[in-house]
Amino acid sequence: MIDQNTNHMEYQPGMEQIGSEIQDAVISKMNECDFDSYTAADVRQALQKDVLSPEDFAALLSPAADPFLEEMAHRAQQETRKHFGNSVMMFTPLYIANYCENYCIYCGFNCHNKIRRAKLSMEEIEKELKAISDTGLQEILILTGESRTASSVEYIGEACKLARKYFRVVGIEIYPVNSDEYAYLHTCGVDYVTVFQETYNSDKYATLHLGGHKRIFPYRFNAQERALMGGMRGVGLAALLGLDDFRKDAFATGYHGWLLQRKYPHAEIAFSCPRLRPIINNDKINPKDVHERQLLQVICAYRLFMPFASITISSRERAGFRDNIIDIAATKISAGVSTGIGDHSGDGKGDEQFEISDGRSYDEIYKAIKDKGLQPVMADYIYV
Amino acid sequence: MKDELILGGHSFSSRFILGSGKYSLELIKAAVENAGAQIITLALRRANEGGVANILDYIPEGVTLLPNTSGARNADEAVRIARLARECGCGDFVKIEIMRDSKYLLPDNQETIRATEILAKEGFVVMPYMYPDLNVARDLVNAGAACVMPLAAPIGSNKGLATREFIQILIDEIDLPIIVDAGIGRPSQACEAMEMGAAAVMANTAIATAGDIPAMAEAFKKAIEAGRTAYLSGLGRVMEKGAAASSPLTGFLQD
Repeated sequence: MIDQNTNHMEYQPGMEQIGSEIQDAVISKMNECDFDSYTAADVRQALQKDVLSPEDFAALLSPAADPFLEEMAHRAQQETRKHFGNSVMMFTPLYIANYCENYCIYCGFNCHNKIRRAKLSMEEIEKELKAISDTGLQEILILTGESRTASSVEYIGEACKLARKYFRVVGIEIYPVNSDEYAYLHTCGVDYVTVFQETYNSDKYATLHLGGHKRIFPYRFNAQERALMGGMRGVGLAALLGLDDFRKDAFATGYHGWLLQRKYPHAEIAFSCPRLRPIINNDKINPKDVHERQLLQVICAYRLFMPFASITISSRERAGFRDNIIDIAATKISAGVSTGIGDHSGDGKGDEQFEISDGRSYDEIYKAIKDKGLQPVMADYIYV
Repeated sequence: MKDELILGGHSFSSRFILGSGKYSLELIKAAVENAGAQIITLALRRANEGGVANILDYIPEGVTLLPNTSGARNADEAVRIARLARECGCGDFVKIEIMRDSKYLLPDNQETIRATEILAKEGFVVMPYMYPDLNVARDLVNAGAACVMPLAAPIGSNKGLATREFIQILIDEIDLPIIVDAGIGRPSQACEAMEMGAAAVMANTAIATAGDIPAMAEAFKKAIEAGRTAYLSGLGRVMEKGAAASSPLTGFLQD
């Protein structure tokens, strides 16, 4: 039983240890960052470079970069077009279960939050998959709450095999697993693994994650690397902005991705940029000092530091923000989103993880992309 | 005599190969027409199997499809994608792209040679994208390639002929057509590649990201034609170190 008295830095039995090379580098570099020490000159220098160093990335995340936001957005737009052209990928998340064994105080799925719990059967999953596939989407992200008991790796694997019947690209956002389990899921058709570290400040992390396996910081941190060891093609990273110092968390997220790409050059790196949202039974949760202006700064900094990385813009943000961000830096957008269980093909039998801001359908998002002069792309991968 | 580009026994009058991967689909047709292109590349991973907005619906009739193997990380994957392209009715042409670096998308020359050898034996017209290295180019010739496609600069960088000297060596030493691919950002750079003796130029990002796509396609077409004509007519000699001496030094020779 992992509770708030458990040392959050200590691996538990059954958790694979692959060393801490990247984790140590990220944490020490993040702690060295003094964002107030950067000047306008540092920002200008970073904006003139083709290939940015981690120090340049930190400068772009600093308060000194705020007056340069317009210029950053223009540079980010250029880089996005150079690497992705007019393409904007579309996908939708499918929540198949919301049982959770973790106690994360900001999350609607946490085990102490009184919500309707549900888990879809294979028949129900297939019904949901069909309903989504009928819209025209070809990429799907399968999500569960974090419960190995309720949603076993085999259950998720079977769901992914079904998903591959209907979709050309299948990603997962589930609890972290060992590399052999990632390898198994890869054989089930999964090629993308997204894990949010939430915050890279391990002390803060311990105060937010009071119980369950998620409390173990290093096991979560190294999930992407284990996924790559398991043969996955791409990994997604994110900090949940608003939990702690967003500049540090954004720096750590970007640098984590940068180090992974250096160690696994073939890996495709993706960033998400979620901000805190209200949940059922707590409508006071908000992203604090991370306003849209700061969020844009973070997204542009990711783009300039890692011009080739995929950036996903969450339905946590309002439609107007999302439509503009795909014109600047984001390359992937979700459509027809529900974070509840069973909503795509029926009335829903389980409550949602958080409140979304942009509930537009597939058709509406498709049109919004076209209206920007951009090209919606349903799948950009071929399984071989 | 007609000036034609010959690839695997097929002849083309246009020396401009257009990419299709970074456009809004409606603009592909206008780009192809204004470019006068007869060959257009197609990432098989983008060609939806009957899905919405299939890229194939936007490519004009009569244009030769050049499916590429982007997404392949090794020779085996490239071979599988090429076979799939043929099964999908995309023809026998294939452009080999093998990358195992997600940052610069630089091609893996060794794996490219391996894939070229396998696919050429299966009757494909193999057009390998490569980093300009003379030894590798020779291996590609021996492996049965229909041309050699060296990069000018990293994909999407628009940096122009960063590998100029090495591409020139390939043009001088390799008997197959040398098609300059990737990194060409401006019509003037495409023109320069053609003046050097490149057989054709391939461009995508430079056109897809232009303000007026059909107009930029036309600008490239003209630049490529100008460069080709200049090459065929024999460029005037460029004085590298001062003028030629007016009093000959060898005038004393007898017999």
